Order: sequence, then structure tokens, then C-alpha cells
Amino acid sequence: MPKVSLTVNGRTVSAEVEGRTLLVQLLREKLGLTGTHVGCDTSQCGACVVHIDGKSVKSCTVLAVATDGANVTTIEGLANGNELHPMQAAFKEHHGLQCGFCTPGMVMSAVDLAKRNSNPSEHEVREWLEGNICRCTGYHNIVKAVQAGAKAMAGAKAAAD
Amino acid sequence: MYDFAYHKPASVADAVKLLGADGEAKPLAGGQTLIPTLKQRLARPTAVVDLGAIKDLAGISVAGGKVTIGAMTKHADVAASADVKKALPALAALAGGIGDPAVRHRGTIGGSIANNDPAADYPAACLALGATIKTNKREIAADDFFRGMFETALDAGELIVSVSFPVAEKAAYMKFDQPASRYALVGVFVAKTAGGVRVAVTGAAASVFRWKEAEAALSKSFAAASLDGVKASASGLNSDIHGSAEYRAHLIGVMAKRAVAAA
Repeated sequence: MPKVSLTVNGRTVSAEVEGRTLLVQLLREKLGLTGTHVGCDTSQCGACVVHIDGKSVKSCTVLAVATDGANVTTIEGLANGNELHPMQAAFKEHHGLQCGFCTPGMVMSAVDLAKRNSNPSEHEVREWLEGNICRCTGYHNIVKAVQAGAKAMAGAKAAAD
Repeated sequence: MYDFAYHKPASVADAVKLLGADGEAKPLAGGQTLIPTLKQRLARPTAVVDLGAIKDLAGISVAGGKVTIGAMTKHADVAASADVKKALPALAALAGGIGDPAVRHRGTIGGSIANNDPAADYPAACLALGATIKTNKREIAADDFFRGMFETALDAGELIVSVSFPVAEKAAYMKFDQPASRYALVGVFVAKTAGGVRVAVTGAAASVFRWKEAEAALSKSFAAASLDGVKASASGLNSDIHGSAEYRAHLIGVMAKRAVAAA
């Protein structure tokens, strides 16, 4: 079986995978990182969004073996110990979730947007989240959370600089 | 998904060799169509040849009135390219409207064109702009490339290396997208080029096609009003749960007018 070595949430990991093993299967089944969800499994719903080399991708539509040498961040890689990432805190504050199933993918997509655009308009947020489907909230509070989270991320970055 | 052997060659020559040695092997570009296809067991290749490590397949250059995009260039990179935005803004906008952001971070122009999905966006740009598709062995004009539903002029084991788009005087792409898949229910790319006006339609039929009646009307005057009274025929158009052939025919006219107005 092919061997794959990559960095996941800052940690170097290696695993033997089949050619057909998906990145999301490697994360969930081999590495125990079950925060990344499988929703539709047809590349539409976005519950499985993670970052590869800083860019949001659907981990159900990437072969694990193809990520050899890549730097992957999952929802588990965002928080600093018990301190939530600003985007996670914003989702909590603005009630950006109900059942929570889509939330890891929503947050990972939102973080990618916020890194590019620290003050996205409602329209920009809704466009960016086209590939993330939520069946509970009607998106209203998700959009508010993403806008607040983006501002909080910019504020945290400014404070750190 | 059935299992397969996985190869990740470092050069086009090695990829072609691997594909030539095994007729059941499939090249993998961004995987945004191939991987879902494999998951549904609609394809069962013996081997997957991942083109992701071939460095010279990705990249954008603008020179001599042409925008040349490497086959493995991601949609997001085309959409964000300052060079493409300046030389061919309609192409950057089209790339920025494919799928969703996560799909655009993986999907590639070469993969889109080689797959020739009836509702894909890039084939419309290729056909309307009169692009040239460069493979590992020849150059193919877009007019000769798209042959039918999921069919192209590519031979077995032939790989797209890059696509060259001549810059246009005016161009725009408008699509009416299917809200779940983001594929074009109907997409129309209009271009006023040195070689005349060209109008390409995607999503409406088995494969992308040129709407010659609209081209003739727009050649007289490149204005939305020139299309008043020019009706696309519903004959041979797709009909499904999302829209009848007649509905698609109507949309072709609407999208064409919007594209001309935006160009």
C-alpha cells in the first residue's frame, strides 16, 4: 500500500493508505480526527471542508495519497487549547449553528474567506459559502457569525502584530 | 470506490508513458469530477495517474495577444490572476463562477476541458474565444476539440498541456446556474474577436455549440437589441427535471443578451 506523510494540525503524520482512500477517511478513520464530517459525500455540502496548504477544499473529494507532503488543517487545529478560535467564538456568540453537523466545514470555509477579506459584505459571505449547506439555520446567523469572526480575526492579528 | 494503482509522475513524458502502458488507466487532474465518478463506481480504472506533481503544467502567461493557461492551473488561480483580469476579464470571471470556492481550489482548466461535461463553463470560453488546446503531441482548435457529450478530439493517453486564448475586443459570459450543482443550466459566452463575433452555448445541449444565428446578428451590430427576434431552436436541446428544451432555448436568448450587454 502507498505510504503518505503529511502535516496535520502542525503534527507530522504518516500512514499506509490505499489508492482509493479519501483524505477525509484518513483524517477520521486513521487519525481519529472526527471533527471533519461527511455529509453528502458528493462534493456538494461542504461538511468535510479542511485546509490544504491554507486553502479550503472538500476532503471527501481529495485522495489521501495525493496529499503527501501537504500541510492540512482541520477544525481540531483551530482552537488554542481551551480558547476557541475567533471564528469558532463568533459562531457560538451569534448562534451560527443548531445541530452543528455542518459547522466544522462552515468554520473552515469562513476562516479561509476571512484570511482573504477581513471585512466581507453579507453578499460576499453568502457567495463564499455556496459550497456549504446547512439544513437548520437558514444561514442568517451563520452569515452574521462569519462577518463578526472575520473582524475578530483581523483584530486579533492586529493585536499580535 | 474500487481500488486502483496510484502513480504520481514528475513529467508529462512519464505520465504519457504510464497511460500508454495501461489502456484502463485514467489521468487525475483536480479530481473534482473524477473522484465523485469513481465513488459512484461509474468508472473503474486499473490505475490513476496523478498529474499534480508535474510542475510545468500549471501557470499563466500573457504575451502576444494571447492568454495561455497551463492545464493544471486551478480555477481559483485563473479567477484571481491580475494578468487574466486585465487581458481577458470575462475569462477570470468565468473561472470565479465555477462550482464553489473549495471546488475552485482543486479543479483545473485541463480537467474541465478534457472531461467536456455538457454543462461545464470552460468549454464555452474556449469555443467563443477560438482557443487553441495544446496537447503533448499537437495543437487542436477549439472548433475541432469538443465532439459530443463527454467526448473530445483527445486520443487515448493524450494529455492537454495548456490552453491559449486570443484576447478579445469585447467578451462576457453569463450563466443561469442550477442552484444545487452550480453547473450551467444554460451558459452563453459572447466574444467580439479579430476573427468576428462568436457565441458559444453550454449547458443546453449534449455538448457546447456555437449559435450561428446570433453571431450573424451581432456581426451587424454588437448590441443586445440585435438579438431581438433571434430565437434559438429547442430542437435537440436537453430536457430534464430542471428545465425543458423550450425553457433552455428561451434562456439562451436571455443569457446571450445579458452577456452582450455586459461585454
